[in-house]
Amino acid sequence: MSKIIPIGPYHPLQEEPELFKLYCDGEVVKDIKWETGYNHRGIEKLSESKTFDQAFFLVERICGICSTSHPFAFANCMDEIAGVEIPDRAKYIRSIIGELERIHSHLLWVGLAGHFLGYNTVFMWAWKYREPVLDLFEMITGNRNSYAMFKIGGVRRDIENEKFPKIKEILNYVKKKTDLLTGAVMDDPVIHARTKGVGILTKEDIISYGAVGPTARASDVAIDVRRDDPYAAYPMVNWKVITAKGCDVFAKAEVRLLEMYESISIIEQCLDGMKKTKEGDIETKVKEVPAGWGTGHAEAPRGEVFHFVVTNGSSYPVRHKVRAPSYVNIATFKKSCVGQTITDATISLAAVDPCYCCTERMAYAYDCNTKDMILNGEEILKLSHRKTEEIRKQL
Amino acid sequence: MDESAGYYCDCFDIFWVLKFKKLGFKEFCFKKSLFLFHFGGASCNNCDIEILDCLTPRYDVERFGMQLVGSVRHADVLLVNGSINKKDKPRLLEIYNQAPKPIIVVAIGACGCTGGIFAEGNTFAGPVDKIIPVDAYIPGCPPKPEAILAGIVKLLSK
Ligand code: SF4
Repeated sequence: MSKIIPIGPYHPLQEEPELFKLYCDGEVVKDIKWETGYNHRGIEKLSESKTFDQAFFLVERICGICSTSHPFAFANCMDEIAGVEIPDRAKYIRSIIGELERIHSHLLWVGLAGHFLGYNTVFMWAWKYREPVLDLFEMITGNRNSYAMFKIGGVRRDIENEKFPKIKEILNYVKKKTDLLTGAVMDDPVIHARTKGVGILTKEDIISYGAVGPTARASDVAIDVRRDDPYAAYPMVNWKVITAKGCDVFAKAEVRLLEMYESISIIEQCLDGMKKTKEGDIETKVKEVPAGWGTGHAEAPRGEVFHFVVTNGSSYPVRHKVRAPSYVNIATFKKSCVGQTITDATISLAAVDPCYCCTERMAYAYDCNTKDMILNGEEILKLSHRKTEEIRKQL
Repeated sequence: MDESAGYYCDCFDIFWVLKFKKLGFKEFCFKKSLFLFHFGGASCNNCDIEILDCLTPRYDVERFGMQLVGSVRHADVLLVNGSINKKDKPRLLEIYNQAPKPIIVVAIGACGCTGGIFAEGNTFAGPVDKIIPVDAYIPGCPPKPEAILAGIVKLLSK
């Protein structure tokens, strides 16, 4: 008997509320389908009615968690069209904001992954230690989530030199707490048992699906826009692309946790680099944007964000195309979830992308023939928690 | 026959208690811990995350007895964030109809209040208050968790 388990639609596992249908035979997932559109806001069309300055606020609101990546890619794109070289200080500031975002996003993911496995302590910890990063954002940009820092030819606000010690202090705190989280995740036998060998995506799968970001890097595909097509301050600092060979959920966690250390080190180097530049020199004035087209990309916490803009010499874009990393990463579910049990499917789904904002409140399983409700989201989560309990007992 | 008698008794009980305690019906319903249900429309996720942030150690709304629940049928408060698009609209209506009444509806964020930056979008289907009655608005893009807390606590003492 084949059952369909819908997850969603109001179940923001990814950036958008989406509907996933798991076709199950007993416990085993046989096929997966997804449906999008619940979160469609017509941003590409809206963007055509905004001036380039306004469009930054719009692209920031494509995704709240990646609210730097989209302006970052858009700014790279517009800089290319306008043909400007931005000052070094602006480059550093852009990188700092981008890396801070990566830290908060990865912490958020670690927490949510913990929640799925029944480790609510990890969830609460990770979210608690994410707060100082948001405080940092509030100090630098004035807002916790949507920062409004980017503009064509530079950034809107400077980070004054007197703020550096405070930033470093908070980064040290975050680093210590990351050690703690890494220890909690890496040394726990139950987490090993739950995540190792689950949601496997081989190198070939990644390449054939075109997956990007930590999803790809966890399968030993060293793809990172920051290195492959350097932008902002990344060529000016020392860092390395983190990869893992595990291909499973555990490897994805590993990549994300280790990336946080890289991000912290990048920010520290950027701060040191900024000391050598002049305070207040944060933008190259751009009078007008010529007709033409340009592309820009940036490495978001989840992979490559790509923007394409066509201009005609006016102050409005003629065409604006956006491609977010989750769009390609979602397709890998066909490989990572099929053949798994339902209990492992939840963590495999969550492994690709962390924006799991809420409980699975509208997920339920029903019998195709009788249309009776069999399992709802909470029960599926309970099943997952029970499996963890069992493993814990056996160890 | 027996069932209806029981029903009558229950009702009678409640009204007697209300009269005794000098409470309105709505006041009585919202006197104890509030259960929250969160509906995320076509949002940018920030508001969703800030709502979830309210539950985590720094803000911790559970101090006030509030808890996020998995089904609207258990909820006293419906938090709606994000602009509502054409695909969401019937679903929001259905969720509102499933909710036990009286229910407090809180529109969170600029999108929930007015549609915000997405109000001119081609898929926009009207701000939340055009679709279901709204009791409170918490503006901001996204509102800080403090603002969400303040809004809900204000509702509690209303
Ligand atoms: S109000 Fe702002 S933060 Fe909230 S969903 Fe809308 S755009 Fe995002």
